[in-house]
Amino acid sequence: MAIVLKQSHRWRVFATHAAMLTFILITVMPFLMILSISLRPGNFAGGHLIPEHLSFEHWKLALGISYIDADGSLVKPPFPVLLWIWNSLKVSFISAFVSLVLSITSAYAFARMRFKGRDTLLNGLLLLQMFPSVLALVAIYALFDRIGDFIPWLGLNSHWSLALAYTGGVAQHIWLIKGYYDSVPKELEEAAAVDGATPFQAFIHVLLPMAVPILVVVFVLAFLGGMIEYPVASVLMHDEQHLTLAIGSRLFLFNQRYLWGDFAATAILAGMPLTLLFLVTQRWLVSGLTSGAVKG
Amino acid sequence: MTNPYKGSIRRAHRIKDEQGMKRSYLKASLAALGLVTLLAWLALIIVFYVAHQPWLAGVTLVLLGVATWIYISPRFYAWRYVVPGVMAAMIFIVLPMAYTLVIGFTNYSSSHLLPFQRSTEVLLNRTNSTGEGMAFTLHQDGNKYQFAFTSDDDKYYISEPSALNKEVRLKLQSVTTLPFAEDSALPLRKIIELEAPIKNVIAVTPEGNELRMSSMRRFSMMKPAFSRNADGTLTDNSSGKILKADMAGGYWKYPDGTNAEPGFRSYVGLDNYIQIFTEKRFLEPFGRVFTWTISFAALNTLFTFGIGILLATALNWDALKYRNFYRMMLFLPYAVPAFISIPVFRGLFNENLGEINMVLDMFFGVRPNWFSDATLARSMVLIVNTWLGYPYMMIISMGLIKAIPNELYEASALAGAGPLTNFFRITLPLIARPIAPLLIASFACNFNNLTLIALLTGGVPDYLDTSVPVGATDLLASYTYRIAFQDSGQNYALACAISSIVFLIVATLAIVNLRLFKVNSSNQ
Repeated sequence: MAIVLKQSHRWRVFATHAAMLTFILITVMPFLMILSISLRPGNFAGGHLIPEHLSFEHWKLALGISYIDADGSLVKPPFPVLLWIWNSLKVSFISAFVSLVLSITSAYAFARMRFKGRDTLLNGLLLLQMFPSVLALVAIYALFDRIGDFIPWLGLNSHWSLALAYTGGVAQHIWLIKGYYDSVPKELEEAAAVDGATPFQAFIHVLLPMAVPILVVVFVLAFLGGMIEYPVASVLMHDEQHLTLAIGSRLFLFNQRYLWGDFAATAILAGMPLTLLFLVTQRWLVSGLTSGAVKG
Repeated sequence: MTNPYKGSIRRAHRIKDEQGMKRSYLKASLAALGLVTLLAWLALIIVFYVAHQPWLAGVTLVLLGVATWIYISPRFYAWRYVVPGVMAAMIFIVLPMAYTLVIGFTNYSSSHLLPFQRSTEVLLNRTNSTGEGMAFTLHQDGNKYQFAFTSDDDKYYISEPSALNKEVRLKLQSVTTLPFAEDSALPLRKIIELEAPIKNVIAVTPEGNELRMSSMRRFSMMKPAFSRNADGTLTDNSSGKILKADMAGGYWKYPDGTNAEPGFRSYVGLDNYIQIFTEKRFLEPFGRVFTWTISFAALNTLFTFGIGILLATALNWDALKYRNFYRMMLFLPYAVPAFISIPVFRGLFNENLGEINMVLDMFFGVRPNWFSDATLARSMVLIVNTWLGYPYMMIISMGLIKAIPNELYEASALAGAGPLTNFFRITLPLIARPIAPLLIASFACNFNNLTLIALLTGGVPDYLDTSVPVGATDLLASYTYRIAFQDSGQNYALACAISSIVFLIVATLAIVNLRLFKVNSSNQ
């Protein structure tokens, strides 16, 4: 647009840049501090943002490697961090896979078929996804405690139970996937139907290959959701060997045993990949949310 | 222009050629999947049935019948697709919710942990020693041990040899004289060493009486402490008193009103709700927590939205360079997993060792007590959660602002309006409507932000004047978490009752949200 710019315009731009940078500095400061803490020797804070002595002791412990400290005694890793990461990966992978498989066909029926009760069910799912599992924690605990009496591998302290408890995300996934199916022209499946394909064949061979991007996104979101979940895991998991990273990392910061430096290294080690993964997929999440808000 | 779906059309046509083969593969795998599910389901029914849960087995069987019908009848073709997802939502969302409501009407807690049957079994398995018994000596033969018993009326018995390594029932044999040398009995010192395994031994006389170790030299006859009567009551065998099950109270009760532990789970109707709303020791903390929860969620929504929309407006300003870089950096707090960033803040805010107090001390000479002063703790919770939440609002607002037609701003520029007028007269009114459902969702979400409180403060500082442990930063969700899983006697039922009240609130919000959502979509 061609507007004559006022004298104040340049100042305004400059002020905005300054404000932005200040704000960013404040918000990013915790990350810089945590990086610096992970490289400082010892588990007590203090010192400059740029550490005077670089020490990789916390990083070694986070990676499960013992080291010999200045007094010559062997320091062993306080917690099995890599095992926790593996547990988290396992649980999140199973739950993401199960909930994805359970939601793809439902989303197809909601997007393409007209049947009795369709709108009620869709609205019901939309309502359900607003109820957080936090409110049903006691019930989840009691249910798995009971189930464990009958099926031991599906009781408390089992990764399978945790993965199943996370599957409650299907309501949201069905909506996300349905939104994407809606955007794919129906005519393609109709062409397949003319050639004699059953609705199920048309779904598997025509629609599904085109919906791969949304399937990947939903999988990654469900996976991330499992990796970062805290409340349900804290209720179901108790053995140190079975903890997921999200609940295990809490053990670093007890008042009596305050392993600040070790926590910092673990946090960066575990947080980096998750953060990157989220940054890559967030565009889809946000566009899914807003398109849901606009389209309905 | 090339058709982006060309490949798919070709694929759709190709199906015809490969139809025969593909179809059989597809059918075979589907049939296999169906068979496996069916078998797993049947196995589950058998497990339930064997575990004496006929009711559960029945429900599962009915469900299996319904599912099979849906997959066989052509009338329900669409439902074949819908069932897996909807069933998952039922099992993993609706079932726990319903169970929460149910537990809210019981007395399920650490003193009423077991179901009625199990609690009765515990009582029936209890034993009392009667005075009768026999003196014993222990004799070693290799790594096996043999008992010799002498009864009070001078009858002799010997047991079968045993390694004593687990719980054993040893049959006794009546003998006229003991076949051991006088000095072959193990000394008392040795018996003390072996006390734990001996305690596990049940000696069974030929008459069928059971004896257990009662001292270092004697085994005594054990009798069941309780026995079941035909009318469903229990008799305390030592006193002859009759115990009745108090279904409302959840205990087996003696006639004089004392309880026999352990209690059992029972339905108590609205008792938990009446407790919450009438008893001062529950009502007062509930009121405080409720007020703080509402203010926390409202303030937090306000702050995140305020900061978010300001940043979004700035980032949509064409004159600003490096916007993509800013956007990336500003989004960062949202991308870092909360279970990492919240403990990081917990450490940074630490009163003695934390970096934040170090900096404040250096520049202003103050060391605020972030975790022991109620107001400070609440501000800290708000600061941290605003930091965590503003990027989401920012991204959402950016999308919505982009959708506002540029002509509006051009017209306002012609009329000589400044940025403030633009913001309050054009931007804000135009995005208010589409963002309303998201604001409500954010409110509902923060209302139940257990993760934040559990990882940041754990609810502290605790109020000192309440009888149930509850803190100034506790939200309703973390309050119930503490009631159920931490201190105050694992009162699951009370926690579920409070959760049910929160369900009502969330349901109201959800329905309002759905309405707004509908209005928005019909306007588009």
